Order: sequence, then C-alpha cells, then structure tokens
Amino acid sequence: MDLNLDAPHSMGTTIVGVTYNGGVVLGADSRTSTGMYVANRASDKITQLTDNVYVCRSGSAADSQVVSDYVRYFLHQHTIQLGQPATVKVSANLIRMLAYNNKNMLQTGLIVGGWDKYEGGKIYGIPLGGTVVEQPFAIGGSGSSYLYGFFDQAWKENMTKEEAEQLVVKAVSLAIARDGASGGVVRTVIINSEGVTRNFYPGDKLQLWHEELEPQNSLLDILNAAGPEPMAM
Amino acid sequence: MTFTIPIDNGDALKNAEADSQRTLYPYVTGTSIVAIKYKDGVLMASDMGGSYGSTLRYKNIERVKAIGKHSLLGASGEISDFQEILRYLDELVLNDNMWDDGNSLGPKEVHNYLTRVMYNRRNKFNPLWNTLVLGGVKNGESYLGMVSMIGVSFEDNHVATGFGNHLARPILRDEWRADLSFEDGVKLLEKCMRVLLYRDRSAINKLQIAKITEEGVTVSQPYSLKTFWEFQAFHNPTAGAQGSW
Repeated sequence: MDLNLDAPHSMGTTIVGVTYNGGVVLGADSRTSTGMYVANRASDKITQLTDNVYVCRSGSAADSQVVSDYVRYFLHQHTIQLGQPATVKVSANLIRMLAYNNKNMLQTGLIVGGWDKYEGGKIYGIPLGGTVVEQPFAIGGSGSSYLYGFFDQAWKENMTKEEAEQLVVKAVSLAIARDGASGGVVRTVIINSEGVTRNFYPGDKLQLWHEELEPQNSLLDILNAAGPEPMAM
Repeated sequence: MTFTIPIDNGDALKNAEADSQRTLYPYVTGTSIVAIKYKDGVLMASDMGGSYGSTLRYKNIERVKAIGKHSLLGASGEISDFQEILRYLDELVLNDNMWDDGNSLGPKEVHNYLTRVMYNRRNKFNPLWNTLVLGGVKNGESYLGMVSMIGVSFEDNHVATGFGNHLARPILRDEWRADLSFEDGVKLLEKCMRVLLYRDRSAINKLQIAKITEEGVTVSQPYSLKTFWEFQAFHNPTAGAQGSW
C-alpha cells in the first residue's frame, strides 16, 4: 500500500453548485488525501468569502485555501469601500484574476456561488487556467467525471430549494460511490435573499447505491436476527 | 491532443525563473472558427463548445464577440486567454471612445493591434494560446483576417482555424464567390460546420453564425444542425466482411 506522506495534500473531491428559483445550493464531499492516505475525512470544502458569497474548493488544498484567503481579504476591503455587499460577479472576477495570472503555479478548480440583490442567485465555474463561465449549475473535482451524464439527465430549470438540495446531495453521494478521491460526508450550503443555511449529511443518512449494503453494527446481529439456521436451504 | 512542454523550469522555490508567466499548455479550449466575406460584409461561424482535454465540458461558450461598432472577433484555443484579449480590446475601444472625435476603430486597426499583441507575447515565449479571426466592415469596405498564437497574420476572403484548416478550407476554396448572398453564405458556412461536426471530435452540435455589415453586428441565437446517417453502407458496414472488417 502506498503511504506517501510527503505527497501534496490534494482534494480529490466532488464539488457541485446549482441555481434554483431564489438562490443557489453548493455541495461538496469531505475527503482530503495525501497520496493514498485520507488526511482529513471531515474537511469543509465550502468556504465563506462574504456573507452572501461562498466558494467550493477542489484540487490542491493549499492553493485553494490561499486563493480563498486572498479573495476574502480583497472582498472585505471592497465591501467597506462600496458600502454594500459585494456581488457574486465581482467575487468570481477576483478569483479569476488570481487563477489566470498565476496559472502556471496554481492547481485549483473553484465554483463560486452566492446571492446578491442585482442578479439573484448565480453560479460561476472557474476551472484550471482561469476561464470564468457563468452556469445554471456547475460540477468540479475528480468526482465530477461521474456526474456529467447524471446532470445531463436530472437537471431542470426553476427547481424549488428542496429539489435543488436533494439533487446536490444525490449527486455528491453518487460521485463518492465511484470516486476513490471523494468520500466522507456531504456538506451543503444554501444561499438566498434570506441568508445562508449549512447542512450536514453523514454517510449513513444517504441513499444506498448499487452493490452497497445497509451498514450493521456487527455480523453477530445478522446471525442472531436470521434465526437458528441462517445457512440452511 | 498532446502539447509538449518546451522548457521545464522546475520548482518555483529553487529556480528563480520557474514562476515566470509562460503558458505551457491550454486547459479549456474552443475548436474551429470559419469565416467568409460575402456581398454585404462578413459571416463568421463557430460552435459553442469549451473542451477540457477530451471532455466536452462547457456547451454554452460564445466564441464570437462584437468589438466596437465595426468588428467581430472569433477565437479558438484557450478560453481564458480569449477572455483576457476581450478585456484588452475593451480598454482599447474605451480609450478610442474617450477621444470623442467622431472616429472609431475599424477592423484593420483592431487586427493590427491583435497582431502586435500576439507576436510580442510569442517573442517572450509566453503566447496567448489562441488563433483569432477578425472580420469587419467600415466605410463600405469588408475586411477579414486572422492571427495565430505565434503571430502569423494575414487577410483573405475566407479563413478557418484548427480543424477547419483541413476540412473547411478545401470546401471554401471550391465554392466561395465574391457576390455570395446572405442565404448562400450561411449555407456555405453550414456545409463546413456540418463536416466539422462529423469529423472533429471536439465539435459540438450547437452553433452560432454572426454577421457584420455596414449597419452593424448580429449574432444569431444558438442552434443545431441536422446530420445525415442514411447511407446504406452505414446501416450495414460489415455485410460481406471477412472477420471483423
């Protein structure tokens, strides 16, 4: 088994951002790996930039953290100077500036999502290279490979808040099932005009997928429950 | 697609030049642009795809944009570099407007500016990873040119980038005429775009055709082309085959 503890911390990751009629829902898994070892099984990859704008981080943990920190700092000053909350677009552009101008050094893909009074709920995808793409929904991280087909089929416009969050949780959960670099819990953040809500879905609260079994405390429980001769025909 | 890294500068902590801005390879890319001069001006076609390696990741990217009143810019290659070029041009047009002298930048001037930018970046071994197509009309004169990421720049009656060089150019050489009507021009571009759809792996079936005339710029809504699969040979390619082919 490969326990390379000197390998860079990277967030294999699955990150998702979805707009709905009234705001956005951001979602992510919680696994941070160092090579094959899971350095943190309960990371929080959905990071606050301002009261109304959050970012989902993927790729290098260090790069995504430092970019978020810089942008939070810039946005804080911008908010003071502007006298009102920063818009999601401005937040996305600040991330873009760092990502584009340092493209040779950074290895991080980000999804910026938030709500402002001018445009409502918005999602911006910022992949490697520093392209900015405004999208009704965005997916990122290594786990997203398994979600392109899922979203092509399951996404629809004008979902309610509940539908959007269920879609996000289902998607991240499906990606965790197949991507070794994603795992742990599903975290979601819902942002709308009323504010921000954080939710937490541990593995045992999620739906079971193909070839997954109901978790048990012990084999003994199964043997005892099944009756005196569980192996008889 | 493989892009070889010409210089490996190594670790940014140990090597002073390692972090110098040198684009080594593109990430999110757009495929071909095809453009022609026609009777009233210029027509330019592109699909709306942004590929991430072999994944067709983004399907709503506008790769043809209006520049000022008289020009259209289409780009293939790295989308983040195209977005940066649009910012440079925004500044150029803004400064041009601020003179408020009744003059406005024409396509020749924009093409020349872009050529200088692309060539100078190439000389610093830090190219903007794009091939650009610049079309426009000013004072009744149509203009169509292109600039590559290494600064090669020229004008022509019809141009194509990427796969379009191989698949669209022969069609255009054979069928282009100076007095093409709008309808014939659109049909000619659609013929090229359909072939690209069949034969370019990074093409997607969602395209826009932009038109520029003395009156101004129009970019069509996104639309899809029908494709043809009803050749008998397609239905039963292995009938009569020995083994697998």
